[in-house]
Amino acid sequence: MTIDWRHYQSAGFYDELLDTPGQPRRAAQVLCDYLASLSDDELSERKTAAELAIQVMGITFTVYSEGGSIDRAWPFDIIPRIIPKREWDRTEAGLKQRVHALNRFIDDIYHEQRIIKDKVFPAEVLAQSVNFRPQCVGIEAPRGIWAHICGSDLVRDKDGTIYVLEDNLRIPSGVSYMLENRVVTKRVFPELFENQRILPVDDYPSQLYDMLASLSPRPGHDPQVVVLTPGIYNSAYFEHSYLAQQMGVELVEGSDLEVGDDDCVYMRTIEGRERVDVIYRRVDDLFLDPEAFRPDSALGVPGLLRAWRKGKVALANAPGAGVADDKVVYAFVPAMIKYYLGEDPIIPNVPSYLCMRDKDREYVLQNLDKLVVKPANESGGYGMLVGPHAKAEERRRFATLIQEQPRNYMAQPTLTLSTAPTLCVQTVEPRHLELLRFHTAARHASQVSYHVEPRHLDLRPFILSGADTYVTTGGLTRVALKRGSLVVNSSQGGGSKDTWIVDTEE
Amino acid sequence: MLSRVAQNIYWMSRYIERVEDTARLISVNTNLLLDLPRDTAFGWQPLLFIIGNQDEFHQRYQQPDEVSVVKFLVGDQKNSGSILSSLSFARENLRTTRDVVPREAWEQVNDLYMYVRDHLEMGMSRRGRYEFLRRIIHGAQQVTGLLAGTMSHTNAYDFLRLGRHLERADMTSRIIDVRSGNLLIGQRQTQGAQGQEQMELNPFENIQWMSVLKSLSAYQMYRQQIRLRVRGPDVVKFLLQEPLFPRAVYHCLDQMEFCLQKLPAPKNAEILESIAELKKNLTEVNIPELTKEGLHEFIDDFQIGLGRIHEQIAAAYFAH
Repeated sequence: MTIDWRHYQSAGFYDELLDTPGQPRRAAQVLCDYLASLSDDELSERKTAAELAIQVMGITFTVYSEGGSIDRAWPFDIIPRIIPKREWDRTEAGLKQRVHALNRFIDDIYHEQRIIKDKVFPAEVLAQSVNFRPQCVGIEAPRGIWAHICGSDLVRDKDGTIYVLEDNLRIPSGVSYMLENRVVTKRVFPELFENQRILPVDDYPSQLYDMLASLSPRPGHDPQVVVLTPGIYNSAYFEHSYLAQQMGVELVEGSDLEVGDDDCVYMRTIEGRERVDVIYRRVDDLFLDPEAFRPDSALGVPGLLRAWRKGKVALANAPGAGVADDKVVYAFVPAMIKYYLGEDPIIPNVPSYLCMRDKDREYVLQNLDKLVVKPANESGGYGMLVGPHAKAEERRRFATLIQEQPRNYMAQPTLTLSTAPTLCVQTVEPRHLELLRFHTAARHASQVSYHVEPRHLDLRPFILSGADTYVTTGGLTRVALKRGSLVVNSSQGGGSKDTWIVDTEE
Repeated sequence: MLSRVAQNIYWMSRYIERVEDTARLISVNTNLLLDLPRDTAFGWQPLLFIIGNQDEFHQRYQQPDEVSVVKFLVGDQKNSGSILSSLSFARENLRTTRDVVPREAWEQVNDLYMYVRDHLEMGMSRRGRYEFLRRIIHGAQQVTGLLAGTMSHTNAYDFLRLGRHLERADMTSRIIDVRSGNLLIGQRQTQGAQGQEQMELNPFENIQWMSVLKSLSAYQMYRQQIRLRVRGPDVVKFLLQEPLFPRAVYHCLDQMEFCLQKLPAPKNAEILESIAELKKNLTEVNIPELTKEGLHEFIDDFQIGLGRIHEQIAAAYFAH
């Protein structure tokens, strides 16, 4: 027996699996008992099996470095994170509500802008939005939906409350890892799936396909859906090919597509040109169409925006959907929910200070050592200031930035992100190593031992909006693998866990 | 089907076939050397002729000795024709077609790539080499078998088989070319020499022809169909003209024809004509005459013909 839950301490944080040291939460009881029954050898075997599966399945993500980009195996912790089904049901309802309001907001912004006229949303926030696309004004998006695929990041504070940290409405990624994590976990812990109800996640690709197919501008015609990728060097290429494969659709690059004189989009095939109806694009707005946006983009398709405006092709997400994916706009989402839906938000926002407001800015500048400061339009955890961990010099730099561009910054209290037990390896060196140095057996004599330590995590569920709204069962749990770290991004030392929604009701 | 994807699949299967054929070549050469007298001049050089990249070899290696040649052909990443490079290209091609080719194929190619990368040392010694190459050949065949058993016979599969058979026809013809050239010269020299020497070398000539067959896993099938002792002209005839043996050149052309007929017309017409012409040349040639004179020139022409077919396929289906 190597894991002793009585020695597991996550003081000051909400732990996802344990209530108090030694006391697993109800939904995690089976898992915790099982893990505690495993020896070091058995744990080691499970961990190796997971690593092998990840390597063999080729689950990778791409990291940019000076020498080009390299593929790294996906860092994965075998201990799953568990959410009881009853709690999840409520969260799911909250996410649907939120995305519904966000889509209403985007559609309003590109049409009448009632929310501005009614003074619920300030015009100057829009005026300075870098993700607002004037090219999209007046476009009729089918069903008024712009953000068909949304990835919202959820975090849990120390009192157990779940908050939305941000909404990714441009090209959110990570869902393939959610699916693959489950495949790996089933290979590693098949016995745990036998005697409890862990809700399946594999429905996502078919839900995604159905949603995309429903956007086709030629109803009644067998729709040609494609996934548009920037190519093999994109950090999410694995996901692009994975999703195309799982949906059974073509994975295309910009050079595979062309817009004809009839404003329809065609792909180049061995038969000649073939019309495309729906594009799940994983290319940023600004690179989509060199005629409409950045003329130097080689990733896009000239004329694509024209085809979309004329309704000859559907784009998911719609260009311009990112206007609501902005950390300043984020602060207005609770107000949007009230304004458009007349409801109270089910999942709260993290309290936010907008530096464009004089009072808020003053507070932020005085409390930089307590706050997390975020730029409005960065993702991947870049360009952030984590006040309590930053050096004074770094805080001064941010103070200047905030004063220069107040609209571009917002701040939030440093959340005490929840934790979950994560498997850590310790190599125990044998005694008398000196004596053994020339002995070949010395290398084998060092023992590996396992223990669990709390690590901070978040959760990214994915929400699909079409004729219906669909939320993934759980989502992608990202975990900061470094002790004490709050940064969960895979590009910066984060890993992931399988996420189980467990139904404990009989 | 996307042109770009068709191209990638076609190349992927060419690379996998190349991996298998190169491993076969090295394996049989290793075995052959164990049987021949120690002072035989015949060594590792012919393999470089077969693969056709001697210049590159001599830029980086001193002598065509066993370790250098094997290293160059198996694990040299600067050699674009090495097994490791071919696997890495196949892997890259699969990476961009993972949505079309069954996912297990990617897992297997990835697996094989990692195996070769991590066990190169094993291939350097004669003791480990047999097992190492056996795993490679099996690995490549596993990919082929997996795809045969799991991939719908759509155009993607046609391109896959087209690439495989074109590469195989090419490799078989190369093996015949160099081995035969080498052996025929040997034959002529022994004929001119004293009778006693001829007697001594004849058994080895036989062995070398067997090695040609064995390198293509053709020995057993040859014996079943020819039922005579292994003789040069019969072997060449079998490997060039046999319609039923899967590694025979004629059979490969047959398969290419079959695949091309399923690809979108009328772009395939011109390519089918080229294949028909190659087949005609192949069947009309007098093999006993050819083994005496002009085999190398004949095979050279044949390879130029294959090269032209490749160009035609690329122009018809891969052009962007």
